[in-house]
Amino acid sequence: MSTDRSAPPLPDGLVAVVKRDCPTCELVAPVLGDLHERAGLTVITQDDPEFPTAAGWVLHDEDLALSWHHDIDTVPTLLRVVDGVEDRRTVGWSRAEWEQLTAVDGLGEGLPDWRPGCGSLSVDPAHADDLAVRFSGSGLHSRRVELAALEDEWEAMWDRGWSDGLPVVPPTEARVLRMLEGTSRDPSDPVAVVPPALVECSVEKLAVNAVMAGCAPEHLPVVIAALEAACTDEFNMHGVLATTMSVGPVLVVNGPVAGRIGMNSGINALGQGNRANSTIGRAVQLAVRNVGGGHPGGVDRATFGSPAKVGFCFAEDEAGSPWTSLAESRGWGAGQSTVTVFAGESPRIFADERSRTPESLTRHLAQALQATVSPRMMLGMDAMLVLSPDHMARYADAGWSRDRFMDELSAELLCDADELLAGVRGVAAGLPPAAAGQKVPKFRPGGLLVAHAGGPAGLFSAIVGGWANGARGSNPVTVEITP
Amino acid sequence: MTTILDPTSEQAPATRQRATRPESLAGLTIGLLDISKPRGNVFLDRVSERLAELGATVNRYTKPAFSKPAPVDLRHEIATECDAVIEALAD
Repeated sequence: MSTDRSAPPLPDGLVAVVKRDCPTCELVAPVLGDLHERAGLTVITQDDPEFPTAAGWVLHDEDLALSWHHDIDTVPTLLRVVDGVEDRRTVGWSRAEWEQLTAVDGLGEGLPDWRPGCGSLSVDPAHADDLAVRFSGSGLHSRRVELAALEDEWEAMWDRGWSDGLPVVPPTEARVLRMLEGTSRDPSDPVAVVPPALVECSVEKLAVNAVMAGCAPEHLPVVIAALEAACTDEFNMHGVLATTMSVGPVLVVNGPVAGRIGMNSGINALGQGNRANSTIGRAVQLAVRNVGGGHPGGVDRATFGSPAKVGFCFAEDEAGSPWTSLAESRGWGAGQSTVTVFAGESPRIFADERSRTPESLTRHLAQALQATVSPRMMLGMDAMLVLSPDHMARYADAGWSRDRFMDELSAELLCDADELLAGVRGVAAGLPPAAAGQKVPKFRPGGLLVAHAGGPAGLFSAIVGGWANGARGSNPVTVEITP
Repeated sequence: MTTILDPTSEQAPATRQRATRPESLAGLTIGLLDISKPRGNVFLDRVSERLAELGATVNRYTKPAFSKPAPVDLRHEIATECDAVIEALAD
């Protein structure tokens, strides 16, 4: 495949880019001849080399290189070129604009004043992907892997160890280029140093994995932010991958980007069925696998693993919540798009269909949260609580704010150490004897993350248990999602 | 034929050469890396005794946190000071 990256130069003077298969171009054909006679116009034709006529001033853009490189998206496009550089352009037919640009009067007598143009062949969906690969594909640095004609694409990628076990989309040059359209970042920009191999991952390499995960281009900025957050020393992706505990990066998306890319924060938000939710987390995990080299049984030593290790990503339902969002509780603005990454297990369901007061529901939630990881393990692990709309209604009706809820819940989670000492009630695990007589909180300050999501019916909430916190483990990290 | 882009780090050579195995430990400097899991030091103390009996010099190192990779400086220190290294992974 040729990879001509040099833009073919435009001829100086007036230039019109046209195609015969465009009624507006046909309409202005006499004007083109007139402008050649009176002002030296050059015509560049995309389809028929003899349109509007066979002549030396009619050039054929047969491979569409000129149209592609000079961003022609409409025909006719009239350009004024000075010393090889475009000075002005107008698209479609407008007598006034053409006369102004060319400084020639009396153009197109008898023609309507204005007609819109047609799509340029260089942006025609039938050609656009091929052209992008041909003209900008060599800007991609990833090693090319040729799959033989008799190789099944899915089997070939599986055999090379590139899949988490589910099918992956073959990352062809055209698909990767299309994915890269989703970000303004340069493909060669580094995103993160990915463990366990501590390899720098570029935007391009992440885009390759995002294609494989099934992402759409508009998901890429979230994937970029999520990988960046996961690979911080704070979050400690190495430990999250390597630990025998069954945690993975749980991604919570806040802000306007969630709605813009169609994320699910409602029915089945933590489940399947929404492309963004399902693929963004998976793209991050595929990058850890493929770029970082983290394979189960290799550096990944999880005893059980969990569906969270395939990819776990959802959006918070901010519109339906009376509270500040998770991101706001972590210091971000309401209008900012962010992703929070939390080292968590799969969600478990907490059911309470009887509580009618916030006090009752809070007490019951505390009992459930107390059991996170182990009822006798205090302070060492964080957790995330996802309140459903039905449970949130208890707090909304009573006028509780997020702060009030957190205060009341923290008080309920302050436990008598005597109940949890090692050996008490015949259980060897527990707090050391030195804790006797004290009150011990279940979670460290900031160690319980609370978000709002889920369908409109169901008196349930979801608890996502965490992993070792602080410097010996992982801290949740929130970063901004930028275009 | 389909051409796809390699999703990996492209750093893995087709086959990886192992370092040459020493024929004897006598006279060599062996690094013992404690990754900071509880009681790893107990295991390494015993390994250290056995290595000394075999005539090896033992250097001890400790990783700051078991859940994180060893810092670059520590890895460099071990690589420059030792002929071989043993890690204690278990609790």
